[in-house]
Amino acid sequence: MADFDEELDASGLNCPLPILRAKKALAGMESGKVLHIIATDPGSVKDFEAFSKQTGNELIESKEEGGKFHFLIKKA
Amino acid sequence: MEEKKLAIIATKGTLDWAYPPFILGSTAAALGYQVEIFFTFYGLQLLKKNLDLKVSPLGNPGMPMPAGMDKWFPNLGLALPGMEAMMTSMMKKKMAAKGVASLEELRELCQEAEVRFIACNMTVELFDMDPSEFVDGIELAGAARFFEFAGDADICMYM
Repeated sequence: MADFDEELDASGLNCPLPILRAKKALAGMESGKVLHIIATDPGSVKDFEAFSKQTGNELIESKEEGGKFHFLIKKA
Repeated sequence: MEEKKLAIIATKGTLDWAYPPFILGSTAAALGYQVEIFFTFYGLQLLKKNLDLKVSPLGNPGMPMPAGMDKWFPNLGLALPGMEAMMTSMMKKKMAAKGVASLEELRELCQEAEVRFIACNMTVELFDMDPSEFVDGIELAGAARFFEFAGDADICMYM
């Protein structure tokens, strides 16, 4: 997994909490910084794709590892 | 990119139906939408500081029941005293176990994200409700005020 600046563990949280928490975390970050999100909600895979498309924050990486979903999002 | 707008009318005051307006409102706000929710009739219950919402199995054949209760429980049995309280408690436990947010949390996230809450003035008067029982930041207004925003909203939902 590539480098990141901040991490958000949204494990155990269900829709729409991972997105809402990520939005909050990104709001406190500078443009160009990368947020690593860990989630267990399988719906979050499509949700983070959609979040990225609609907000312009780039989804750099999305993968499943060890039963968890990992996302890297770069703040626009 | 101009901000998109979502207008929601929330008319129901049960635990299950309280979720859609707050889930969709908070998510849309996170996606950059400007959101207004107009609470009317039983939907006004969702604005109370002290949320005491219930879910009822009565008249709700789509509700999944634990342990096949819907198979052996006659419909009339669902009207027994305590049934609603039991279903409400079971639903809340299940939601917590599955990591579903509490209504209070979702409502707070909505307000933090500047989702505007409007309480229908007419219904507040009709039911003799006390607006001081509502959370802060509520606007009391009428139908015309709703259309001021909904009129050029991209999405409008009635729930």
